[in-house]
Amino acid sequence: MKVLMFGWEFPPHISGGLGTACYGLVKGMVHHNQEIIFVVPKLWGDEEPMADFVNASDITIDYKEKKFKSIWKNLTYLEVSSFLVPYLGPEEYQKFTDYAIHDRTDVDESIFSSKYEFSGKYGKNLMEEVSRYAITGAQIARDRSDFDIIHAHDWLSFPAGIAAKEISGKPLVAHVHATEYDRSGDSVNKPVYDIERAGMHAADHICAVSQLTKNTIIKKYGVPAHKISVLHNAVLDASIIKSTYNKRVPEKIVTFLGRITFQKGPEYFVEAAKKVLERDPNVRFVMAGNGDLLNRMIDRVAELRMADKFHFTGFLKGDDVDHMYAISDVYVMPSVSEPFGISPLEAVRHNTPVIISKQSGVAEVLDNAIKVDFWDIDAMADATFALLHYEGISKMFKELGTEELKKLKWEHVAAKLVTVYQNILATKS
Amino acid sequence: MRTICFYFQVHQPFRLKPYRFFDIGDDHHYWDDFSNKSIMRKVAQKCYLPMNALLLELIHKYNGAFKVSFSMSGVFLDQMQAYAPDVLESFQKLVATGNVELLDETYGHSLVALKSKEAFKETVAKHTKKIQELFNGYTPKVFRNTELIYSDEIGAMIAELGYDATLTEGAKHILGWKSPNYMYTNSIDPNLKVLLKNFQLSDDIAFRFGNKTWADYPLTTDKFVKWISAVPQEEEVINLFMDYETFGEHQWAETGIFDFMRHLPDAVLSRTNFRFSTPSEVVANAKAVGKIHVPIPISWADEERDLTAWLGNDLQDEAFDKLYALESLVKECKDSDIKRDWVYLQTSDHFYYMCTKFFSDGDIHSYFSPYDSPYDAFINYMNVLSDFKLRLKEITTAK
Repeated sequence: MKVLMFGWEFPPHISGGLGTACYGLVKGMVHHNQEIIFVVPKLWGDEEPMADFVNASDITIDYKEKKFKSIWKNLTYLEVSSFLVPYLGPEEYQKFTDYAIHDRTDVDESIFSSKYEFSGKYGKNLMEEVSRYAITGAQIARDRSDFDIIHAHDWLSFPAGIAAKEISGKPLVAHVHATEYDRSGDSVNKPVYDIERAGMHAADHICAVSQLTKNTIIKKYGVPAHKISVLHNAVLDASIIKSTYNKRVPEKIVTFLGRITFQKGPEYFVEAAKKVLERDPNVRFVMAGNGDLLNRMIDRVAELRMADKFHFTGFLKGDDVDHMYAISDVYVMPSVSEPFGISPLEAVRHNTPVIISKQSGVAEVLDNAIKVDFWDIDAMADATFALLHYEGISKMFKELGTEELKKLKWEHVAAKLVTVYQNILATKS
Repeated sequence: MRTICFYFQVHQPFRLKPYRFFDIGDDHHYWDDFSNKSIMRKVAQKCYLPMNALLLELIHKYNGAFKVSFSMSGVFLDQMQAYAPDVLESFQKLVATGNVELLDETYGHSLVALKSKEAFKETVAKHTKKIQELFNGYTPKVFRNTELIYSDEIGAMIAELGYDATLTEGAKHILGWKSPNYMYTNSIDPNLKVLLKNFQLSDDIAFRFGNKTWADYPLTTDKFVKWISAVPQEEEVINLFMDYETFGEHQWAETGIFDFMRHLPDAVLSRTNFRFSTPSEVVANAKAVGKIHVPIPISWADEERDLTAWLGNDLQDEAFDKLYALESLVKECKDSDIKRDWVYLQTSDHFYYMCTKFFSDGDIHSYFSPYDSPYDAFINYMNVLSDFKLRLKEITTAK
């Protein structure tokens, strides 16, 4: 089987979790001898040659193709100067905010040039790039007729997937890694929601990264349950990471690591920390990351008078992330809404016991973790206290957690996906 | 006799280096040696050296008719010794003329007067000793508290230490209809004289001098002499209190600030009935007109002239309280590094950087802050304080 796959980023050049998930999935598919044409807006040249990569920036659009005009017509709703917050990292978020204050101009002109240089980032011209990516998707689908099925990852590539389906008539699989409801809570960005919805409804089948996400798709996007398969994410490497880092403070360390935004529930971590510190002052809490709620969290920590035991590291990268996991005694992910959430699995690889919210997809695959409702700060505090003080449970989690991790393989995910493809093609023919 | 009293504050904090969570328990050196040194050298070139040379010239030229006073924080003195011995030498020359008065203050330029009487006395004694060491046994008679922070109680504490006088802000809300141009006394202990800053005329020089949008720009000695001549004859003393860094650093040489000061003594002495005095001379010659009541602490900062530049928001209060919670442990400890860091950590600037009054006085705050935001300042300070606390506990429990 040959798959035409549309992504937005691919390792090593990634800024979100989407690229990592695509990498794992492609690797799993290769294991099952599936051929993948993988399209990204921008190729850097140092990607691992595991698929037939297509650089959308290299594609020349042939405007004699009449169908393109009608595709463009359907895309005009993308031309909005709206404030979009997809998977932005903190720096990009800042840049994007700066941009959003000014207005955008001349979208049509550059989109209708015959070639277009994508940035492939989540930057200021995101909507313009998404539109152009759709046209490019149509061109690729016309040039390459040798594929059996189309697979698009998240809303950024949904318009490309839809366009490719219109040109080729081949079935489309929409893969949902996160929805606008996860990113923005109830204040969803309408244009993004519209694209997500259009992609889900145009698709022949949907893959969701968790049951949680499947439920969101059913409830919020009006898609019938039978059209959705759950494909949990996996880990690329389940081996235990032996760190050379040593902890330099005598206290135990409890860590939150992630973007400090609404979605990640940082305030519940702060409140739970206060409750733990009231019972045991020999603990340090660390909030690693950056985001729009950072200053509010600092204010709250100061207000609760625990700033000598609650630390902020700012955005961590590279070795510092490993360092942080390695010196942590407990890892907490209190996400309000997490389609999957790979970071607790990283913590498990560092032999760190984890507490995760029930509102996260990863809770569906990880048994050896304490699961609490994100809002239940008492339960979170209890669990933290228990993992810090009752050797038995944390030891058990360490041992069994690593065993569990070994079962989360991308080959298994890919095998499931192949079955999904086969079913779609069987019903089509 | 009518007189002008110049007092210049000389201070540089020991700035903290970026200190990360991962450094806690590992790295015990907190100070940004590079930036502290380079700032000291920069300000030495722009301000301390040229202004000291000018003042020396003027003192000689007017043969004792022109005089000024300085208060130098202990943290400044330490940095001057380490990074700018040439500046120290020029200050020593000035003091040797006998026309320069030195004031005492807290060694660490701290807010300790608000927190602990005992620690306050200790740090003041340390400052006196340092001044004596550096300036040939000179012993100050007048005290100036950090940022001119003053209240009736702080004044009583200063009186207890035997000082003749102290300086503070001539804040509108404590003066009411009264004028700052008289000498007052502390309301608890009338032995302590209180000199009040004339903020209008002081800030004309310190803040507005180079401001081209100011209606009175440019400020010439002519204009200034006209203004002080307009002060009612019975008002005796005009206290011009300001940061020494005004000259050449806050107001660049290009604004003409040095020329203004070069010509001011002549203009004042030849065209008005004002003379120049040091604070001790004011105390000896002027008559106190009454008590000044300051039940709630005032300072010379910002529009409010209160403590909110350093204390009051959660970040500042948390850092301040957590710092002084360590006081008794530090007292037990004999370690000299701990003692030094304890002093440097108390410097008011650390709390100033955490100020969130962006909308009224934020401009001047961000000008003086090495941090991008008050939050960054807070995080960095708390990381350092956490390490300091660990060291302290280790040393005190090891005993």
